[in-house]
Amino acid sequence: MSEPLSFELSRPAVDPPRLPEAEVAGPAPADVLGREMLRARPPGLPRLSEPEIMRHYSRLASLNYSISENFYPLGSCTMKYNPVVNEAAAALSGFADLHPYQDEDSVQGALELMWRLERALCAIVGVERVTLQPAAGAHGEWTALRMIAAFHHSREENRTEVLVPDSAHGTNPASAALSGFHVIEVRSGDDGRISLADLESKLSPRTAALMLTNPNTLGLFEREILDIAEMVHATGAMLYYDGANLNAFMGICRPGDMGFDAVHMNLHKTFTTPHGGGGPGAGPVGVKSELVPFLPAPTVERTNGHLRLDFKRPQSIGRVRSFYGNFGMLVRAYTYILAMGGDGLSQASQDAVLSANYLRKLVEGDLDMPHEGPCMHEFVASAQNLHEEGVRALDIAKALLDRDFYAPTVYFPLVVPEAIMVEPTETESKATLDAFAGAIKEIVAKAKSDPQSLHEEPTKLPVGRLDEVSAARRINAYLQGLSEDPVLRWKAPAEAPETAPQQTLQESPC
Amino acid sequence: MPYLVHSPEDRSAMLETLGVRSMNDLLVDIPQSLRLESLQLPNGLSEFETMAQVSSLAERNHVYPDRLTFRGGGIYRRFIPAAVSAVTSKPEFYTAYTPYQAEASQGTLQAIFEFQTLIAELTALDVSNASLYDGATAVAEAAMMAYVHTGRNEVLVSGYVHPEYVQVLRAFGEGRGIKVRKGAEPNKKTAAIIFQQPDFLGLLVDARRLTQAAHDVGALAIACVDPISLAMLAPPGEYGADIAVGEGQQLGLSPSFGGPHVGFIACKRELVRKLPGRLVGTAHDAHGRRGFVLALAAREQHIRREKATSNICTNHSLCALAAAVYLTYMGPYGLRQIADVSFRRAHSLADRLARLQGWEPAFPERQFLNEFPFRVPKARSVVRKLARKGILGGLEVNRWFRELKDVLTFTCTEVNDPQALDELMAVLES
Repeated sequence: MSEPLSFELSRPAVDPPRLPEAEVAGPAPADVLGREMLRARPPGLPRLSEPEIMRHYSRLASLNYSISENFYPLGSCTMKYNPVVNEAAAALSGFADLHPYQDEDSVQGALELMWRLERALCAIVGVERVTLQPAAGAHGEWTALRMIAAFHHSREENRTEVLVPDSAHGTNPASAALSGFHVIEVRSGDDGRISLADLESKLSPRTAALMLTNPNTLGLFEREILDIAEMVHATGAMLYYDGANLNAFMGICRPGDMGFDAVHMNLHKTFTTPHGGGGPGAGPVGVKSELVPFLPAPTVERTNGHLRLDFKRPQSIGRVRSFYGNFGMLVRAYTYILAMGGDGLSQASQDAVLSANYLRKLVEGDLDMPHEGPCMHEFVASAQNLHEEGVRALDIAKALLDRDFYAPTVYFPLVVPEAIMVEPTETESKATLDAFAGAIKEIVAKAKSDPQSLHEEPTKLPVGRLDEVSAARRINAYLQGLSEDPVLRWKAPAEAPETAPQQTLQESPC
Repeated sequence: MPYLVHSPEDRSAMLETLGVRSMNDLLVDIPQSLRLESLQLPNGLSEFETMAQVSSLAERNHVYPDRLTFRGGGIYRRFIPAAVSAVTSKPEFYTAYTPYQAEASQGTLQAIFEFQTLIAELTALDVSNASLYDGATAVAEAAMMAYVHTGRNEVLVSGYVHPEYVQVLRAFGEGRGIKVRKGAEPNKKTAAIIFQQPDFLGLLVDARRLTQAAHDVGALAIACVDPISLAMLAPPGEYGADIAVGEGQQLGLSPSFGGPHVGFIACKRELVRKLPGRLVGTAHDAHGRRGFVLALAAREQHIRREKATSNICTNHSLCALAAAVYLTYMGPYGLRQIADVSFRRAHSLADRLARLQGWEPAFPERQFLNEFPFRVPKARSVVRKLARKGILGGLEVNRWFRELKDVLTFTCTEVNDPQALDELMAVLES
C-alpha cells in the first residue's frame, strides 16, 4: 500500500478554503508595496479539498508503527506509553492559548507549574536547580557544557577537553565539539564499564568534564561511579550526566548523589511526553550549586507565593531558546509526575529493570550476550552468533517488523559488534515480552534453516527494504549538478503545469 | 499504579524465571551508600485529582481571546483549522518514534518529505530540512553553516532582528568562537549577514540590498522570514538569499506560552551538505516501489559524532506535521488570503491609531505587513488600561531596545475581526 504525495494529488480546480474577508477599508498590498517587494508567482503549495486532505493524512498515519499499537524495544529511547491525560492537560486553554509576552501577573499558573516541575526534577535527580529551556536532549547536553565552560572560565582556568566514553551516544561528542571543546575518547573495559586506568591516563588539567551516562549504553550500572567522581573532581573537572538512561533508577538512586554536577533529562523519554515521530521533546538540565550562576536566563523564582521570571543573571550563559522552552511538553511531564508520584516513579523504574532482565533471560539462548548481568533497564545483545549463517543485526531488526514489533536499536553502542540494544520499559506486559522473545526465537531458528529468506524481510509492510545506497548516489548527483532530481523534495515535472500553479497573483481570487 | 502493567503475580513469576528472590538482587551493582529509601515527592494521584490540580494552575492564567490579542513579537494568534489537530492527535503520528526503521515509518517520513517540499516552495530555495526547534535556534544553526562554509568567524545582524533570536545566536556562537556584531559594515571577515523580513517591529527591510551587500564581500545572506508573509512577499530564493530560516508557529500551532513550535531552514543546493539535522529523501525497494528514508545521515551526530554539522537529534517533527497540514489546507490562495486580510486590517488599524492624540508611527517612512510600531504617550499605562478591558494590547519593545522608549508594536491577523478593532479603538479613545 502506498499513498501519493499531496503534491501529486493536487488539482488546480480546487477552491481555496473559505476564510474571513478583510471587511475593513485597508489598502491592498499592491497599492502600498513596490512591485519588487511582491512575489511574482504564488508558492507551489498543493491544492486539495478538506476531505481529500483528511483522507491523505489518515492513510499516511496507517503506514506508521507507533507505541500506541506496537512494542518499541528501542534501546536508549525509553519508548513507554504516553498517558492520554497528558494531552488533555496540555490542551487546556489556560496553557495552550497563553502568549509568552503576557504580563507576569496574568501567567502565574504557568510559572507555578514550571517552578513545581523544577522542584520535582530536582528531587528526582538530586540537584539544586533546573533550567527548563532546552528543547531536546542534545540541546540540554550542549547547554550543560556551556555552563561548565563558563564555570571554568570564571575561575580563569583554561580547560579545553571533554572526555567521552567510546560507548556514549553520538550527541555527546557532537555537543562537546559545538561547545568548543576537544573530544577525547575513554575506552570501555572488558566488562563493558568505563576503564578506570584509561580514564586516569586521559584526565589532566586540561579536562573540563567527563560526560557519562549511568547505567551506560550497555545497560550496565557503573559500579565504580563514586571512584570515577572522585578522580574527575580531583583534577578540577566536572562530571556530566547524560540522562537518556534515567528511567533505570528513579527513586532507587540519584545522579546528584553519585557526584554528577550537571544532569540533563529527556522529558520525552523518562517522563512520557510523546515522541511525535521525532519531537518535540524537552531536555531540562539540572545543576549543583556551583553551576547555578551560569543557568540560562530567565529562571523562574518564587517569593511569598508570587512567581517571576528572573532575567538579571550576570553570569548566565545567556539564552538557549526563544521564550521559556517547550512549555507544552513541560505541562505533560508535570501531569505525569503528579499522577505517578514518588511511589509510582520508583515502581516504574523497578519494573523497567525487572522487565529488561526478564527479557534478557528469555533471549540469552538465542543471541550472544557479550556482558554479564544483571542489567539495568536495557541490555545489549549481539547477532555475532549468526555470523556463519550470514545473518546480521539488521536482518533481525527487519524480521521483527514483519512480526508487528518495532526493531531494537541496532549497531549501537559501537563497542559491540552486531549490537542489538533492547529496552522494554515498564509499560510492556509480561505477555508482550514473552511474545517478543518468541519472535526472536523464531527468527533465529529461521536464520539457521533459511537465512536467505530473512534477507528479504520485511515483506508485509508498505515497502520492502529501501535502497539507501542508490538514494545517496542520486543525491550526490544532484548536489554535484549532474542531475536535476533533488531527491530531498518533490519537484513538479516540467510538462505538468497543473501541479505548479501558473496564475499570477493578479488573477488570484484575493 | 497508573500506567504500570505488571501485577504482583507477574513480578513474582518474572523474578522466579530470573532465579532471584527480590528486586534487590537485580540492583546489586548500585553501591549501598547511594540507595534511596524513597523520593521526596508526594504519592501519586488519581486521574481526577491530577487533572483537578493541573486545571487549577491553568485557571490561574488569564487567557485573552484571540480576537482581542493585538500582541505579537514572534508569536501570533491565527485561525487554526480543525484539520490540524485532527491529524496531529492521531496516535500513529504523535506516539511514533524518530523514523529509524523506514519500512515501519512511511507515514512520518512522507509527511516530513512533504513538509520539506512545502518549505522549499515557500522560500523558493532548493532544499529544506526536516525541522529545527524554533526560529531562534534556526538562526543560530544557519550562522554555523555560514561559518563552516566561508571559514570566517563573524556574523552581522542587520536591523531589528528578534532580540531573543540574537541572544540565542550569541550563546551558540560563543561555543564556536563566532563573533556576533550588530550594525557593523560587512567586510572580508564576514561569514553572513542575517536580517529578518519583516523585522521584529514588523517593518520591511530591503532584502535585495542586504543580500547584495553580503555577496559583495563573499558572505552568505541569511533571511529570517515569516512563513505567511511569503504568500505575498518576494521569497528569499527570488532575491538570492543563500539560507532562509524562520519560526513556523503561525502555521497551525497554538501560542502555548512560547512552545513547542517549529523552526525551519532551507538553502541553496551548494549548501545542502552543511545543513543541520534530519533530511528525508526518496528511495526504492527491490520491487521498484517508492518509499522515503532518512538521507545524508553522514552529516549527523550518530555517524559523525564530534565532526557532525550539528548535535541536533530529536527535532520538532510533530510540529512540522502540523505546519504541513496547515499549508496543505490553505493552499497557495488560502495562504495569500490570510496574508492579505491581515495586511488590510493592520493598515486600517494603523490609520485609526494615527488619529489618536499624540500617537504616531515610530518609523513613518517604513512599510509593514501586519505588525507595526507606534510611539505612544505613556505606553505602559495604555497597555495596562487595555488589559483591564480584556484586551492584550501592543508589545512594549523598550525592554529590548533602549532607543525605542514608549514604542508599542501592534499586530493584526485574520482573527482580529472588525468589531475587535472597534473595541480596541473604543478603549483607546475613552
